[in-house]
Amino acid sequence: MAQQTGPEGVTSGERIGLSVRESQAHPVPRDAGSWAAKVDRLEAPDRAGIRGTNVTGRRLTGPVQGFGKMWQKTYRMNAGTRCSPQSAIATWKAHFPEFWPRGNRFAGPLAGISPGDVALLDLAVGGGVKLSTGVFVLNADEDSFTLMTPQGHMFAGWITFSADQSGLDTFVQAHVLMRANDPLYELGLALGGHRKEDMFWMQTLTALGERLGVADPVVDTRTVCIDSRRQWRNARNIWHNAAVRTMLQTLAAPFRGRRRTQRAS
Amino acid sequence: MEAPAVRMDVRQAGNGVAVVDIKGEVTAACEPVLMAAYEEAEAGGARRLVLNFGGLEYMNSGGIGMLVTLLVRANRQRQELAAFGLSDHYREIFELTRLDEAITIYDDEASALSAALR
Repeated sequence: MAQQTGPEGVTSGERIGLSVRESQAHPVPRDAGSWAAKVDRLEAPDRAGIRGTNVTGRRLTGPVQGFGKMWQKTYRMNAGTRCSPQSAIATWKAHFPEFWPRGNRFAGPLAGISPGDVALLDLAVGGGVKLSTGVFVLNADEDSFTLMTPQGHMFAGWITFSADQSGLDTFVQAHVLMRANDPLYELGLALGGHRKEDMFWMQTLTALGERLGVADPVVDTRTVCIDSRRQWRNARNIWHNAAVRTMLQTLAAPFRGRRRTQRAS
Repeated sequence: MEAPAVRMDVRQAGNGVAVVDIKGEVTAACEPVLMAAYEEAEAGGARRLVLNFGGLEYMNSGGIGMLVTLLVRANRQRQELAAFGLSDHYREIFELTRLDEAITIYDDEASALSAALR
């Protein structure tokens, strides 16, 4: 006998043992398979070639937990008629790290991007300084996927990558909803960090456009300040600042190495 | 952008409390509908907005972002946001995104209203 399953392999209320009444009151929603399960603190797996610090044990942070002004940034590109929104997202998910600008590393699971995945990042923040942090895949389906940031990341919030159709053309976009995580990052964003972030996503979309066969990719940027107030109650987030911690970890690395060698001998 | 597949009806519950009954899909596309509901509640003098998610059929991260925008707008006016009617699945999403730290979640309308009127 054939078994019926919902979209994304969602199990019906009957099969997971809900009573008829419970099942009718809250039928299994069609987005059930696209959201990550709840986590309190992140667990970062070891991945070759990446530092992987400042992720394990960190909590996720949204705009409610951030410090700085709240920004909504949209980077949008016309990907033409050659691909559907679903195939554009499939390509983006499968090759996500390849579209990042040089000097930045994204180390996720080999299987692409799925809800609940944790990816490790080494980001170039300027002046030869690297920032080790990570992201969590909050939501992913065939039309979009969303990454959420942990404590210590430059910003508290999420980035949604999506594609849609307008007329015959497919449009791809990255949509960021964020606050700087602490006062130091807020200062950094004001002193050129926003411009650097804009360049980052414009370069990413341009690289994606080239992969999708767009001859001359053009990225439109729209930035809106949703809340100009700073959340001073969250200023203490600076304790987790991954830029400061990465710098300290880099300075301490030779001493840690020496201590390991001494212990081994 | 696609047309919003949601309906939001505002009920004034008295003592500056308004209940917004949400039926359908909460995505970024429903921002105009939610903001219209907010303005209707605000015009009625609401100091506390209670969102009824009992009719929620679908929500994506765009919808969560829109709730954050609503929260900012309400906070600016010193209004409180609360919610009830969330299934276990959506309650978990509120907890995962830590939206529950800013929007108080109640099990049902009676407890949401009694907390509001206290």
